[in-house]
Amino acid sequence: MTSCDAIVIGGGHNGLTAATVLAKAGRRVMLFEAGALGGTMATVEVAPGYRSSALSHLVNRLAPEVVAATGLEMTCLAAPPAPTVVLGDGDPVILRGGYGARLEGVGAEEALAFASLRAKLMGQAAILGRMLGHRPPMPGDFGLGDAWHLGLTGLAVLRKGRAEARDLMRMILTNVADVADEYLTDDRLKGLLSFDATLGAHLGPRSPGSLLGLHYRLTGSAGGVAGGQIVPRGGMGTLAAAFVSAAERAGVELRPGTRVARIEAVQGRATAVTLAGGEVVSAPVIVSAIHPGTTFLRLVDPAEIDTGLTRAFRRHRSKGNVAKLNLALNHIPAFGGLAEADLAGRIVIARSTDHVESAFNPAKYGAFSPDPAIEVVLPSLGQPEMAAKGCTLSALIQFAPYDLKEGWAGGAPRLLDTVLDILDRHAPGLRAGVIAADLLPPTEIEARCGLPGGHWHHGEMTPDQLLFNRPVHAAAGYATPLDGLFLASAGSHPGGGISGLPGLNAARHVLEVAR
Amino acid sequence: MKQHDVILIGGGHNGLVTAGYLQRAGLNVLVVEKNPWVGGAATSRDTGTGVTFSNCSYVCSLFRPEIMRDLELPKHGLQIISYEGGAVFTRDGDYLASYRDHDSHRREFARFSARDAEAYESYARDVTRQCRFIQPLLMRTAPDPVSFKPRDIAELLWIARRFGNFSAEEMAATVRFWTMSIADFLEEYFETDVIKAYLALSGIIGTALGPMSPGTAYVLLHHYMGEVDGSVGAWGYARGGMGAVTQALAASFTAAGGTIRTDAGVAKVLTKGGRTRGVVLETGEEILAPRVVSNADVKRTFLKLVDPADLPDPFLHRVKHFKMRGSSGKLNIALDGLPDFPALPEGSRCAMGDMHFTDSVERMERGYDDWKAGRWSADPFVDMMIPTQLDPTMAPPGQHFMSCFVQYCPPKLEGRDWTDADRAAFAETVVSQIADYSPGFRDRIIGMEVRTPRELEAEVGLTEGNIFQGELTFDQLLFNRPVPGYAQYRSPIPGLYICGSSTHPGGGVMGAPGRNAAAEILRDLRMHPKEMRPAHDVL
Repeated sequence: MTSCDAIVIGGGHNGLTAATVLAKAGRRVMLFEAGALGGTMATVEVAPGYRSSALSHLVNRLAPEVVAATGLEMTCLAAPPAPTVVLGDGDPVILRGGYGARLEGVGAEEALAFASLRAKLMGQAAILGRMLGHRPPMPGDFGLGDAWHLGLTGLAVLRKGRAEARDLMRMILTNVADVADEYLTDDRLKGLLSFDATLGAHLGPRSPGSLLGLHYRLTGSAGGVAGGQIVPRGGMGTLAAAFVSAAERAGVELRPGTRVARIEAVQGRATAVTLAGGEVVSAPVIVSAIHPGTTFLRLVDPAEIDTGLTRAFRRHRSKGNVAKLNLALNHIPAFGGLAEADLAGRIVIARSTDHVESAFNPAKYGAFSPDPAIEVVLPSLGQPEMAAKGCTLSALIQFAPYDLKEGWAGGAPRLLDTVLDILDRHAPGLRAGVIAADLLPPTEIEARCGLPGGHWHHGEMTPDQLLFNRPVHAAAGYATPLDGLFLASAGSHPGGGISGLPGLNAARHVLEVAR
Repeated sequence: MKQHDVILIGGGHNGLVTAGYLQRAGLNVLVVEKNPWVGGAATSRDTGTGVTFSNCSYVCSLFRPEIMRDLELPKHGLQIISYEGGAVFTRDGDYLASYRDHDSHRREFARFSARDAEAYESYARDVTRQCRFIQPLLMRTAPDPVSFKPRDIAELLWIARRFGNFSAEEMAATVRFWTMSIADFLEEYFETDVIKAYLALSGIIGTALGPMSPGTAYVLLHHYMGEVDGSVGAWGYARGGMGAVTQALAASFTAAGGTIRTDAGVAKVLTKGGRTRGVVLETGEEILAPRVVSNADVKRTFLKLVDPADLPDPFLHRVKHFKMRGSSGKLNIALDGLPDFPALPEGSRCAMGDMHFTDSVERMERGYDDWKAGRWSADPFVDMMIPTQLDPTMAPPGQHFMSCFVQYCPPKLEGRDWTDADRAAFAETVVSQIADYSPGFRDRIIGMEVRTPRELEAEVGLTEGNIFQGELTFDQLLFNRPVPGYAQYRSPIPGLYICGSSTHPGGGVMGAPGRNAAAEILRDLRMHPKEMRPAHDVL
């Protein structure tokens, strides 16, 4: 039987981060990944010669502390923040810098209003962001460290003054639609905020609590710019490679293509994993960086965990609402009639709050939006090596629920048709130039990425599944009821997006408790 | 002329509660009311059919028993008849009965699903735990978390200690409960659509949210925390209609020496040197008093009655953005006989309580989608009851009063104002839904009063027709209600207070905002309310 100091299950960015950090602390780490390393970060060929990012397509929240702790090579991200173009009715709005530090396409008064809202939300995000980089405070297990962090957060709130502190407490669980209405008049900007706040979630902009999604986005940064975003050179696969080489440099033994079949436990203590091939590898620490539901409902023997935990994981809400589309095109689509430089970031098709809200309605009843809101990235732009002729297009389509009543076999072609129509309206001629199309509804994301429910945050990021309730209370804060088994995926605090923080926090927690 | 210590604007139930306590504490209080009657949204009246209607609110449960005792309301004629039973009619001709008795209720659930009957035990236990935590907060002023006054800090610690009594699991469950949607919450327990629909309705009544909106699980509590005669969670009819509550409050107030002036709409609150001086009536008459308390909602009070120059801009801004959003309508129907519901057995006591026709959460949510789009629900959720079966004082023999609370009904129709034709079409939507389950129902109607948010605003003065004087979402609860920093019944103008449902703990015929406001006013006067007995925990 092979043994090592720590086993990491899952080679996504969080698994790689956790493994690297543990290895750098001197542990002998083995990482098992059922598929290819990199998880949702991969560059794929849509058609021969046309490469796009498989699932995630932007970097906007990779945490600086993760980069520092893993020694990540960042050359693929060496670029200024990319713009966001909002396409509604009429002319586009362009946001430049960190989440629209500069605006084009709106009047001076609206630009001022946006700036004041942006400053408010960025300020609040900076405070909330302080909660992300460490273990969440756990009720019943409130230590000095928690008191210290909470105290610092409290001070940060108070430094902003009483009025801002009150605003934060009022706004924290409010909805994005009302906040947008309070500050803005431009429907395209309201549409963008509504879209960003709800992307990936089973929420509409009018759902209470939806503003938190926007706060979460604004806690991120890229290239040192808060609220910034960067399209990585060579697609997301390049970033995956950087994570992999950091792990290799740290001495992690990487075993891609190796499925873990079971987590073995004896008397409430996880001791080893059995691989699909029958090999058993033992270690005192097992870190699972795959979906928490899979970990507990599929890998652990039900006899080893109590029924309460099983029930909690059955209740865990983790069904995706977004479909991914990759296109190979024979030309560069001229979205909104804009120049290529303006299209180098993301293009958001969201006309208004009502557009996003009514796009959400069908998702509640198991149907996809007939008029979805869409985020488009052109990964090959300025990179002939990604598409020698023409262009690749990567889009996120909101809303497309996992449980489609009509079934995705029939639904996917209909959704593709709908989306191509919309894209063609904003970039005339696009449809005629499609060489190949690959639409991934949540069921397909589930199959290709091993993500149950196809939810890329590994669980809804609503307040009932955050902090000490993420993923579920009994398995929050990285430790689990099984001694020696830890969780490190996006399903744990602080949640999804390419941040690496769940992996980093989990590894640090392991180093603290399992010396 | 008699000099008044306090003028109270608006004779709704909260206003009369505040007035009652202040008068009994020895202050000289004048209530001014724009209508020819007092009672606000809890009024009984006959609009020409010979049958008495409860104008807006229609059942009683939340009204705090401490207030009933302090103000001696039973002595002044208030009698609550607790009722039992209810039914949700399903589209397949069956019905789900509800009973006050836990075991009967459970047995009825078992008729649909053994698993759901089992789950009802843990559901009831979990909801009761939440009620037990929330309920004592109702009768206390919400602490301001950033004021650092000793009193606020002490109150915060008191709440933290109560929270600390929970086990770690219970704390986590409490945070989940507060932020979940009622649909998701019920999904964790039950599998049967009609059972979920029946339980979900408490999460949406009066709220401009659908059952799938986060935060609605909390609204559920507002409908569970009540009690009638010490019987927790019970609901009752006020004998004589809901006006009996306010009439008893008014009688108690005048018996203590207070004065009520009806037909006296207030045009402005008078101030001088930044202090409250009194009010000007619509007739131009000035009435002076050093303290004015408004029972009107926060928008009406500060945007209509107060000179904006007297208010700081950030406060005004927040008042303007306070969410009112009416979401309900009401049909008061006079009937010449009991309607027949073939689904129910003859003489079933289920007909004595709430009857509904919405048998799935999805139908409720779709009703909300209509509201979001600025339409009334094509397939509305109706909470229907016929109180005259238990209270014969409201109708001549053989005739009946039927109250239909209707959700959802927007304050504006696709951005435009309601017309009488719209109102008639809205009523037809509701009547035809009832008629689907009660053949011959239309022929029994001898009179009908239809209230959309337009009528609620015009008659009762509820801005946008919101029955809770403001949405019960987290950003408008506790220290956020109605305006952060002004959640303790005071306003930026010294001497001006608010006491309506716009304040903590919010709507329902509860009286708690009125009592809490009275306590704060007396505190400012350094007076001790002799009659104010401590609130009690009932659970």
